[in-house]
Amino acid sequence: MNDFIQHTINGLALGSIYALVALGYTMVFGVLQLINFAHGEIFMIGAFSGLYFSRYALPAGTEPSIGVTLMVLLAAMIGSAVLGVIIEKFAYRPLRKAPRINILITAIGVSLLLQYGGQLIFGASPQFFPTILPRQNIDLGGDIFLDTNQITIFILSFVLMVILQYLVFKTQFGRSMRAISHSLETANVIGINVNKVIFITFIIGSALAGAAGVLYGIAYPKIDPLLGLLPGLKAFIAAVLGGIGNITGAVIGAVLLGLSETYVAGYISSTYRDALAFVILILVLLLRPGGLLGSKKIEKV
Amino acid sequence: MKWMLNLSLVLSVLIAASCNKGGADKIVIGNFGSLTGTEATFGVSTRDGIILAMEELNKNGGVLGKQVELKAYDNQGKPEEARLSVEKLINVDNVVAVLGEVASTRSLAGAPVAQQNKVPMISPSSTNPMVTQKGDYIFRVCFIDPFQGEVIAKFAYNTLGLRKAAIFRDSKSDYSMGLSKFFENKFVSLGGTIVGDEKYAAGDSDFKAQLTNLKSKQPEFMYVPGYYTEVGLIARQARELGVKIPLMGGDGWDSTVLKEIGGEAVEGNYFSNHYTVEDPRPEVQNFIKNYKARFGTVPDSLAALSYDSAQVLFDSIKRAGSVEGPKLRDAIAATKNFPGVTGVITLNENRDAVKSAVVLQVVDGKFKFKETINP
Repeated sequence: MNDFIQHTINGLALGSIYALVALGYTMVFGVLQLINFAHGEIFMIGAFSGLYFSRYALPAGTEPSIGVTLMVLLAAMIGSAVLGVIIEKFAYRPLRKAPRINILITAIGVSLLLQYGGQLIFGASPQFFPTILPRQNIDLGGDIFLDTNQITIFILSFVLMVILQYLVFKTQFGRSMRAISHSLETANVIGINVNKVIFITFIIGSALAGAAGVLYGIAYPKIDPLLGLLPGLKAFIAAVLGGIGNITGAVIGAVLLGLSETYVAGYISSTYRDALAFVILILVLLLRPGGLLGSKKIEKV
Repeated sequence: MKWMLNLSLVLSVLIAASCNKGGADKIVIGNFGSLTGTEATFGVSTRDGIILAMEELNKNGGVLGKQVELKAYDNQGKPEEARLSVEKLINVDNVVAVLGEVASTRSLAGAPVAQQNKVPMISPSSTNPMVTQKGDYIFRVCFIDPFQGEVIAKFAYNTLGLRKAAIFRDSKSDYSMGLSKFFENKFVSLGGTIVGDEKYAAGDSDFKAQLTNLKSKQPEFMYVPGYYTEVGLIARQARELGVKIPLMGGDGWDSTVLKEIGGEAVEGNYFSNHYTVEDPRPEVQNFIKNYKARFGTVPDSLAALSYDSAQVLFDSIKRAGSVEGPKLRDAIAATKNFPGVTGVITLNENRDAVKSAVVLQVVDGKFKFKETINP
C-alpha cells in the first residue's frame, strides 16, 4: 500500500511535466488544427535557455532559492517563446493556405533541424542542470517521501492551467482564438486579426513548453539536444488521450499517462514503460478517436 | 558500365597508394571511443592516455626507428558506429593495431572486424569476459568482471559486514548485466541474500518506480554497476526517496562528471576500480604528474589503462621487431610482468590481464582508497 502511494506521488509529478508540454500542443492544435511536432524541441530549447541563463547570467555562487528559480523560469519562457514565434513566422505562416499535410511535414522538418542543429550548437554530450531550487524531503510517515520539487512542479502546472482556462473562455482574446478554431476564413471576414491571435497563441504555447523544460531540468538534471524527442511524443499522446484541442483534457491525459507509466514500471517492468504510451495512443485512436473529453468529430490529418 | 569499373579501379589504386605512402615512414595505430555522448569522459580519457604514451615514445625516438601516429575516431557511444570505426581504421587508415573500447558492448561490436582482418586489438578497459573470446587477436590489459563482481561482494560481506543486497542493473549493457551476475553469484556463495533485483535502460531519466520497489525490500546496500551518467541520476533520486543505504558499483563510475551529476547524493558510496591516485609507486606518480602537465586534469583509471595498453603495444612491437599482424599478435600474447601504471601486467591464456582491484569511496567529491582486493 505504501509503495502504491509512493508510485502515485512519482506518477503525478511526471504527469505534471507532461501536462505543461501537452498544453502547448493542444493550444496550437485548437487554433490551427496543426500538430506542431517541433513542440518537443521548443521544450528542449527551454531547458537549455534555463541552463545557460543560470550558468552565465547569474553571479557565481548564487544560492538556490525560489526567486532564482522564477528568474530562470522566466528566462526559459522568453527563450522558448522567441523560438516559437520564429518558427511560426518563417515555417508555418508562409504555408497557412497550403494543404495541411505540407505544414505537418514542415513541422517534422523543423523538429529534426532543431534536434541536430542543437547537437551542433550545444554539443552531443549531455550537460547537467544546476540546482536552482532548494530541495527538501518531506517524510509522510510509513516510508513515503514527498519531494518539494514535486510539489512545486505540481502547483505550477495547475496554476498555469487555470490561467490558460481563464484566458481561453473568459477574455476577448480567447473568444477570437475559439472563433479562429471554428473557421479561420470566417474569423478573418468578421475582422479578427488572425495573424496576431496565432502569434500570441504560439507565444503562450511555447512559453509553457519553456517552463516545462526548466521543471524537467530540476527533476531530471541531464540535458541533451535530443531531450525533447520522447517527452514531446508523450505529451502529444497525452493531448490525444485527453482530446486534442481540449485544455482540461490535455492535463487529465498527461496525468493519466504519468501515472500509468509509473505503475507499469513499478509493478510490471520498466522495459514496457515507453511502449505503454504508444499502446495507449493506438487504443485511443481505435476506440475513442476524439479522446476522453474531445468531440466525436473525426479529423483527417 | 565498364568505364565505371575502370574508374573505381583507378580510384582504389590511388587510395591504396596514398595510404601506403603514410605507412612507410610512420607506424599508424588506431583508437575508437565515445568522444561524445553519455560516456564522453571515457572516450576522451582513453584517447588522452594513448596520446601521452605515444608522445613520450616519439620523444625517445619512436619504435623500430619510426614515429608512431594515432588515428582516433568518435563512435558517439553507439555500437554500430564502433563497428564502422574499426572498419575504417583497418581498411582506410591501415593501422597496425587497434586500441579500444571502454564499454564492453562496443568492444564486442568492434572485435570481430579486427579478428577477421588479423589486426591485433587491445581493449584497455572492457571487463566483460566475452570480449577476448571473440578471437585470438583480441586482448585486454584490465581484469575481468567475474573478478570485479567478486571484489564488491567480498568488500560488502567481509569488510562492511552487510548481508542483504539489492541489484539495480542496466538491461542494455553487457557490462552491467555481466557484472551483476558475477556479483550475485559471489555474494550468495559467501552467505548473503539478494532481496531485490530491478532493471533500467541506459538513457532513462526517471528511476523512481524501480527505486521505490527496491527500497521496500529493505536491503542493506544497493549494487548499481552502471555508467556514471545514470548512476549520478540514480543516486540523486534514491536520496530523494529517502534511501539512506550505501550504493556500490564498478569501474563505470570512474568519472569526474559523477560528482557533477550526483552532487551530495554520491557521497559515501563505494566502487571497485583499477588504480588509485594515492598509490605511491613511481610509475603511478610520474604518470599522474605528466598527464596533469599535458592535459590539466588528474587522470582517471580509463586514462591509466589506455596508457598501459599503448605501452604494452609499443613494447610488443619492439619485441616482435615487426608490425605484421601474426608476429605482433604473438608478441602481445607473450606479454609478461610488464610494469604498468595499473599494476604488473601478465596476459593469461585467455588474453586477459590478471591484476588486483581497489575499492574507492566518494568522500568530499574525491575518490578515497579503502582497500585492495587480490584475485
